[in-house]
Amino acid sequence: MAGSGTAHLRDSDDTVIRVENLIVEFPAKGGNVVHAVSGISFDVRRGETLGLVGESGCGKSTTGKALLQLPAPTGGSVQLDGEELTQLSRTEMTARRTDIQMIFQDPISSLNPRRTIGKIVAEPLDVWGPTASDEQWALVANILEAVGIDPESAKYKRPHEYSGGQCQRISIARALVMEPKVIICDEPVSALDVSVQAQILNMLEDLKAKYGLTLVFIAHDLAVVKNISDRVAVMYLGKMCEISDSDDLYATPAHPYTQLLMHSHPEPDPEAAIDETVVLGGEIPSPIFPPSGCRFRTRCKFADERCAQEEPQMSLISDGHYVACHHPLVEPVS
Amino acid sequence: MSSSAVSDSRALLSVRDLRTHFDVGGHAVKAVDGVSFDVYEGKTLGIVGESGCGKTVLSRSIMGITTASNASTSGSVNYSGTELVGKSKRALRAFWGEEMAMVFQDPMTSLNPVVRIGRQLTEHLRAHKDLSKSEANELAIQLLTWLRIPEPKERLSNFPHQMSGGMRQRVCIAIALACSPKLLFADEPTTALDVTVQHQILNLLAQQQQERQMGMVLVTHDLGVVATRTDDIAVMYAGKIVEMASTSALFSRMRHPYTQSLFWSIPKTSEPKHTRLSAIVGRPPNLAALPSGCSFADRCPYVQPICREVEPKLQTIDSHSFACHLPVGSTEAEAALSANISAGLPQSEGAAVRREAQQGSLT
Repeated sequence: MAGSGTAHLRDSDDTVIRVENLIVEFPAKGGNVVHAVSGISFDVRRGETLGLVGESGCGKSTTGKALLQLPAPTGGSVQLDGEELTQLSRTEMTARRTDIQMIFQDPISSLNPRRTIGKIVAEPLDVWGPTASDEQWALVANILEAVGIDPESAKYKRPHEYSGGQCQRISIARALVMEPKVIICDEPVSALDVSVQAQILNMLEDLKAKYGLTLVFIAHDLAVVKNISDRVAVMYLGKMCEISDSDDLYATPAHPYTQLLMHSHPEPDPEAAIDETVVLGGEIPSPIFPPSGCRFRTRCKFADERCAQEEPQMSLISDGHYVACHHPLVEPVS
Repeated sequence: MSSSAVSDSRALLSVRDLRTHFDVGGHAVKAVDGVSFDVYEGKTLGIVGESGCGKTVLSRSIMGITTASNASTSGSVNYSGTELVGKSKRALRAFWGEEMAMVFQDPMTSLNPVVRIGRQLTEHLRAHKDLSKSEANELAIQLLTWLRIPEPKERLSNFPHQMSGGMRQRVCIAIALACSPKLLFADEPTTALDVTVQHQILNLLAQQQQERQMGMVLVTHDLGVVATRTDDIAVMYAGKIVEMASTSALFSRMRHPYTQSLFWSIPKTSEPKHTRLSAIVGRPPNLAALPSGCSFADRCPYVQPICREVEPKLQTIDSHSFACHLPVGSTEAEAALSANISAGLPQSEGAAVRREAQQGSLT
């Protein structure tokens, strides 16, 4: 789209997160505005993993943080189990955050280097209890065990004594100790080697089943997102292009941007054809002055007059597959 | 390219038994430990491995830019008949830029933030080629045009922070190509970039390499990047090359368990969602205290007692080299894997997942 619309939202009692027309803007120099996220809508059902994929600057991390009201979005609605988070007071929101936890890209810098692993993982409990140290340790040890870190040796060790992959396990343990409903994973495996990446992805799948988690998985790697997600939403410059069941999205991408991403993704297969036209793909425009109409039109080979004037709306392609494009690669259901 | 072949006269670069060790507190950290390969004109060699396998130190050792005072390099680096190991920095200067050049991983830090792009591009052009300022500027504009940078003339007066990551990496490539080197090292040139930009940069590199008939060494951790962009691939693990073959031969028949495990651990868009990944257990060994025998033994699904006792030598069969006692595909390897899976060895877990999936798809 890079367009708007809410046609793809589902009606269900099972919806954990429902985001409608989310807008996040930041002030920029000279009275300008950075349009980081401009009208995104999606929902996530209980036990589902939603993948958010797109290039840097597309607003996927900002969307993840806006779910936690960090910072509170400029406009739109974010509902957790039917409760409107944007209307909550600061203190009410602080309490609700125990239900939504986040893990970050760089596992080493997201852990305090001066504290022991035991303290790091127990810290959320200091606020929300239990506060008795033996009760805390029982919980912490249990969670560390679940993420594959030996609790006894971890208790007095510090982050520098662990590798990147292990630090990411510890970050996940810290998120899990609050027994959250939802975990937002912001590029959790991008900084890791492929062999370690596979360990963490497998573990996330196991933990999701064990603790009944709902995940929002933000990443730029198409193959990683496909592997872990039930549904995938493709974002571009603060807008949503396409959302679909992940197998379906990869089999029949309907948005030209999704197709561009897929052609650019290097598959480990020497027989794979290289798309030479991608050279002409250009770069993502500034979010301060986004293009009118469809935001992707400046890089799109199908762009015409209509794309410059009229913003495309989400429309149905096939069961559960929605695209916001005037010239989709797959004809929409009328 | 094959490690055991006698130095081919057409080889642009012949590396033989190259070792770079760092002395850390009396222990030798063997970052590069007996590496041999050839690079030919107009061909691309991919060097693949995880972080800490020595791939960056390898390319820096060949260039002669390992600056650490505790580093010692031995072995032979023969560039078109000239031995480079042991040459002074001053002597190597004649080779840098004009003969061999390097593109680094991080385009944010490899450009000087307080010097305009134009000066960074023309600095060594003027030093090497004795061009006037205006001639050098013209050539710089030409280079930026080749690399498809819009408004090249205006760009010369930009500072690095005024450009995007992809643009900066193009400038770095332009700097590397400025003196028309015959050999280009690209060390993770696209790791910091978005996939669409990565694709553009790799296309540009391939195009320039073809036009100039350069030899290229593409260092990366990403098997996806090397699959379609290289002629030959060398896989490194713990400072050594463990497998080396032509790209098509390597992907059609992986012989080293590490190469195979690495390939299996990558999620692929061709597989359905929630496909269980075959992770490699543990992590790479400490280069200062390598185990005896094969350094991959602790993580290997095929591991047998001999692997922990005798270090496997690199052997070459039909110009496909691998260093393994139980090369993948051999009957011994299959038997070893079955035994390890039934013994419930943690290393074989990933392979077991794989086997199940394959059997599932067959039935």
